[in-house]
Amino acid sequence: MTSRRTGWAGAATVAALLFASACAPGSDNKKDSDEPSSVKTDVAKMGKLTLTVWDQEVRGGQAEQIAALNKQFEDKYPNVTIKRVSRSFDDLRKTLRLAITDDKAPDVVQANNGRSDMGQFVKAGLLRSLEPYNKAYGWSDRYPESVRALASYTEDGKTFGAGNLYGLPQAGELVGLWYNKAKLSKHGIEVPTTLTDFEAALAKAKQAGETPIQFGNLDAWPGIHTYGFVQNQFVARDDIRNLGFGRKGASWTSAENEKAATTFADWVKKGYFTKDFNGLGYDPAWQDFAKGKGVFLPAGTWLLADLQKALGNDLGFALPPVGETGKQAVTGGTGLPFAITEASKHADAAGAYINFITSPEAMKLIAKAGNLPVTDVDSAGTTGAQKEVFDAWTKATEDDALVPYLDYATPNFYDLLTAQVQKLGSGSEEPKSFLDNLEKEYTSFTASNGG
Amino acid sequence: MADTVPQPPRAGRRQAGPPGEPRRIAYLYIAPALLVFGLFFLTPLLHAVWLSLYEWDGLSVGTWVGLDNYRLVLTDEALREPFVHALTLIVFFSIIPCALGLALASMITRSAVRGVNFFRTVLFLPQVVALVVVAVAWRQIFAPDGPLNDFLRTVGLGDVARGWLGDERYALICIGIVGIWVCTGLCVVLFLAGLSKVPRELYEAARLDGAGPIREFITISVPAVRGELAVALTLTLVAAMRTFDLVYVMTSGGPGTSSRVPAYEVWDRAINKGQVGVGVTVALILTAFILLCTVLINRLSESADS
Repeated sequence: MTSRRTGWAGAATVAALLFASACAPGSDNKKDSDEPSSVKTDVAKMGKLTLTVWDQEVRGGQAEQIAALNKQFEDKYPNVTIKRVSRSFDDLRKTLRLAITDDKAPDVVQANNGRSDMGQFVKAGLLRSLEPYNKAYGWSDRYPESVRALASYTEDGKTFGAGNLYGLPQAGELVGLWYNKAKLSKHGIEVPTTLTDFEAALAKAKQAGETPIQFGNLDAWPGIHTYGFVQNQFVARDDIRNLGFGRKGASWTSAENEKAATTFADWVKKGYFTKDFNGLGYDPAWQDFAKGKGVFLPAGTWLLADLQKALGNDLGFALPPVGETGKQAVTGGTGLPFAITEASKHADAAGAYINFITSPEAMKLIAKAGNLPVTDVDSAGTTGAQKEVFDAWTKATEDDALVPYLDYATPNFYDLLTAQVQKLGSGSEEPKSFLDNLEKEYTSFTASNGG
Repeated sequence: MADTVPQPPRAGRRQAGPPGEPRRIAYLYIAPALLVFGLFFLTPLLHAVWLSLYEWDGLSVGTWVGLDNYRLVLTDEALREPFVHALTLIVFFSIIPCALGLALASMITRSAVRGVNFFRTVLFLPQVVALVVVAVAWRQIFAPDGPLNDFLRTVGLGDVARGWLGDERYALICIGIVGIWVCTGLCVVLFLAGLSKVPRELYEAARLDGAGPIREFITISVPAVRGELAVALTLTLVAAMRTFDLVYVMTSGGPGTSSRVPAYEVWDRAINKGQVGVGVTVALILTAFILLCTVLINRLSESADS
């Protein structure tokens, strides 16, 4: 008995100590807002300094270009040492939260655009507004608004897609339509540019015994892309933007959205998607497409290198067909934007660094390494599918056709949408109830967020 | 002053407890262990309890919400569902493997199979392989064009073939089946050890008394492995309740929410969604539940012993 009592007493003491030592979690994060009065752009005069950069450019061509750019920057400014910490996207996401709240936070970080990452960082005052640098370097002249919107928040972090610029990306990405040229010509199908053509092509492919649309949704997130691809045919761009950014002014239960959901369910019923797609992984699905199974694959431009390696000249890429809206809309975004932390002691050097790795010269290097640069895309000198991807990006940004990923909308939207698309796909949710569930989350979020 | 009786210096303390009761010096002996325990177990646990009383995104200053997180976890259907799934998994990770393990172990003991060691190793192997590897392998087995469906088509059951993990009705069961595969070997090995303690004469005596294999199993084998059964139940139950890797790799909680489990919820809330308070609360409730289960199992096996 006695030993147990002292045990409890000990525990109580520890607890008391804990409660006394801090009043609320996170309250020891100091925020020192020493906003620079004017931006210095001459890095050579900043003295000896070390910039710590956390990025996720670990894959082939990405790693190649960032390493080259870092070296060029150091060569140009011998007073600057770049300490690069690179992690995979998943690892970066998990560790960034801890790193960014630390006193010794890195200077430059690649932060995911969405509300649960960049949005929360902005809200907590952990990232610097890049507006002063935007003015100093004239980024707005080179970066189209639809691209800047993807890294813009109001200062309170509540409104996404407007307000201050908090990050600048290097690469662009689109969810477009990959197709197998050999299959198209075999079945006498033209590259579809309208929804009517596309549906006719799907029917023809189905009849020929092909899998019209290659789709694997076991990992749940591909559903966001494929559903968005369908939605883009029916719903006006500005509505999709409001829905995607979680801003007031649109509705998931509109007649257009209903048409989109019904069409998706309809395509499932008609067998236009891969059989048992909810049980098929994302990687096996695109690998099947690469092996010649399936006529179309609505997926991201990030598959370019892998698909081209397998399909060679048979690979084609096009923007999604234009549907009932009569206007091109394409889900897309950017690579993870580079941002400057509030804790950085060398913010001006960090600004110059970001400017350097996103300069027109840098974009050339990015393209050369096989990536899709976000600006200054020059398709001259490229061939085949890469040229098609580059041209599609130029057209989409010039047309203002980019719409955001739908899961950006609310912190819970990723889980909700992925689960709901799986259910819509399996038929356990009707289009009507599918949309009602999305609308409920959207309206309750926008009402409480006030955005 | 006058009636002060000189006391022997240590008498008072010795009188406090019966002889043999530990003295204070005992704390010195356990101090190293206690320190490690306190530092790496107790402190994080208390820290977790403290975090569970806040609404905190992991970045900005948290807001005190008292017991609201607990209320939420216990009442919100989306948060209760994972616990129901975990209970389902207990059947697959715990009850079936223990039953199977008992049957297999007593069969192996009875028939004195040649190469017992080989079978024991093979059965135990799933325990040694990292669960992520297990999950990747089984994900391929359950794939629409995977070996399982190939087999079904070969034997003419093509209608049954489906994308197993993509079906809301079967995803959790599929994870459960992997659980059976992983946990059965552990149970068998534990029970074999328990049965090897039973003297052969006991079985012979029972046989002379006219007991059949089933009678033998119930009256001799089962009571003999009661201790091992408690251990097996505890280990497998904990494995069931804290399943994460299998779900993360095989279904990421889907399709829909049909295979979300508490540990997955903890990770998703605390790391992905920045709801640290809710995530930690789920973890604490899970811990409390596991603790309760293990205490119950131990009580049961002890009371059956006496």
